[in-house]
Amino acid sequence: MNRTSDEFRILSATAILGYGFPEQSFQNGLRKKPHLIAADAGSTDPGPYYLGVGKSFTSRTGVKRDLRLMIREGVRRGIPVVIGSAGGSGARPHVDWCEAIIREIAREERLRFTLGIIYSDVPKSLVGRALARKAVKPLACVPRLTREALDATTHLVAQIGVEPFIRALDRKCDVILCGRSYDPAVFAALPIRLGYDPGLALHLGKILECAAIAATPGSGADCAFGTLKKDSFIVEALSDVRRFTPQSTAAHTLYEKSDPVHLPGPGGEIDLTQCSFTDIGGGRVEVRGSRFVPTRKNWVKIEGARPVGFRSVSIAGIRDPMMIRQIDSIIEAVQRQVKSLLRRERLRGEVFFHVYGRDGVMGRMEPVKKTRSHELCMLLDAVGETEEAAETLLSLTRSTLLHYGYPGRVATAGNLAFPFSPSDATMGVVYEFSVYHLLELDERRLFPVYVRNIS
Amino acid sequence: MKKNILKVARVIRSKNAGPYELTLDIMFKRPRDFEMFRKRRLITGAKIARLYGVPVSHILKVVWFEPSHAVKITMKRWIPSGATGESDVYGAQQHAPLLNLSF
Repeated sequence: MNRTSDEFRILSATAILGYGFPEQSFQNGLRKKPHLIAADAGSTDPGPYYLGVGKSFTSRTGVKRDLRLMIREGVRRGIPVVIGSAGGSGARPHVDWCEAIIREIAREERLRFTLGIIYSDVPKSLVGRALARKAVKPLACVPRLTREALDATTHLVAQIGVEPFIRALDRKCDVILCGRSYDPAVFAALPIRLGYDPGLALHLGKILECAAIAATPGSGADCAFGTLKKDSFIVEALSDVRRFTPQSTAAHTLYEKSDPVHLPGPGGEIDLTQCSFTDIGGGRVEVRGSRFVPTRKNWVKIEGARPVGFRSVSIAGIRDPMMIRQIDSIIEAVQRQVKSLLRRERLRGEVFFHVYGRDGVMGRMEPVKKTRSHELCMLLDAVGETEEAAETLLSLTRSTLLHYGYPGRVATAGNLAFPFSPSDATMGVVYEFSVYHLLELDERRLFPVYVRNIS
Repeated sequence: MKKNILKVARVIRSKNAGPYELTLDIMFKRPRDFEMFRKRRLITGAKIARLYGVPVSHILKVVWFEPSHAVKITMKRWIPSGATGESDVYGAQQHAPLLNLSF
């Protein structure tokens, strides 16, 4: 394969590694002779916990099943397999976790290949120095990064672009496993290395990273296929139940983005203002006009999370109509009582009342101000400085609410219906995003490729 | 006579756009309804702010996107995804007020 090839074909297995995909779709994709099999496993969607603690948000069994198919079929056919944002959040423990799975598969399937590993963790000291010379800037709605937030961060990763992947490909890796990466990079690196247009390659990657989500009906758990040409690309589904339409393909750039026509990434943005989407029959769509507009400096997105305390929760139902009518004032009164108890005990923490049936889903944005429900679900959510503080805080709140004597109370035996014994559950450490910023960075200086011979 | 948005929309959804922003999408069934909504400015930042009871300054962008006959509204999240007090980590159930839009 070289730059004289007139097209470059890519098989996207699944939107998130571990979500699964039909084997038949994958086989249909293999029959089209792809030059690359890839998947990006990542997202910040499941929240800060998984990055902060270093665990995957998908199951080991699910990830192993998906990887087995991709690696076995890729290695046997000599097709490069590229995995990005390992373990979902893509920090070092996620990459190591994924590497162990890959080694297991290699053993079980008796495969030999060259594995390239790229960690995308960023040293805190480097970000600290960048902070001092103003080479860190917050994304929209994000507070400025402070030393304190940086110091408390447990894992800090960069969404790296195509450059480190290209280095791994230069070193003849058959399988590449990478930490957090810019979602389209796993698809775009190889074609860009071969001389294909980066705007088209990255836009195609942007669609393929969600696999068949951009088809109709959409699915993140089904494969998709992309064919990149000199001045256009084609996307198609690999199962009979779905197809790509110009509308579904175009609509995809709306998904989880704040702006559908300017998609910023490492080193520049994909500009879709001149883009056209054409139905070319057979459930296929041809896309033209996507452009890559490089920025003068190379900015990469960095993500980090830090621990903020411990959580304990309790779930209970409320059926008494008089209590439901007064729920707002009851909660206020209970909060006041608990606060004074806490002051006495010198405990640090906070209790959140999630009231399902009132505004449990939308909170302060809920336009329906008065509940019409005949029952409510109360979720007590206590976050304390220590595990013990969270448990104490929860226990106090629960017992105060259970026995609170509100005006007109006739059910004097108790205010809550608990579905479980024990009524309380500890949830462990609570994390929050501490870093979501842009960092000016030369990717060539960081993110070395570790090459391992697997046999 | 006023008609409900569901007469003309095929997708109405909400989702995080990163942990600090929430984005709302309305996709129209027919190009001409999309055109009508766009021309008559039936969706504005002020209207969405009222619907969600948030300051207009929290509405960051309203983008009309021809290729998929959609309008996208991006707003500041009430708290960052997963912060303490969170009620919807993915932001996937914040679309309901849009279902009451009429025109």
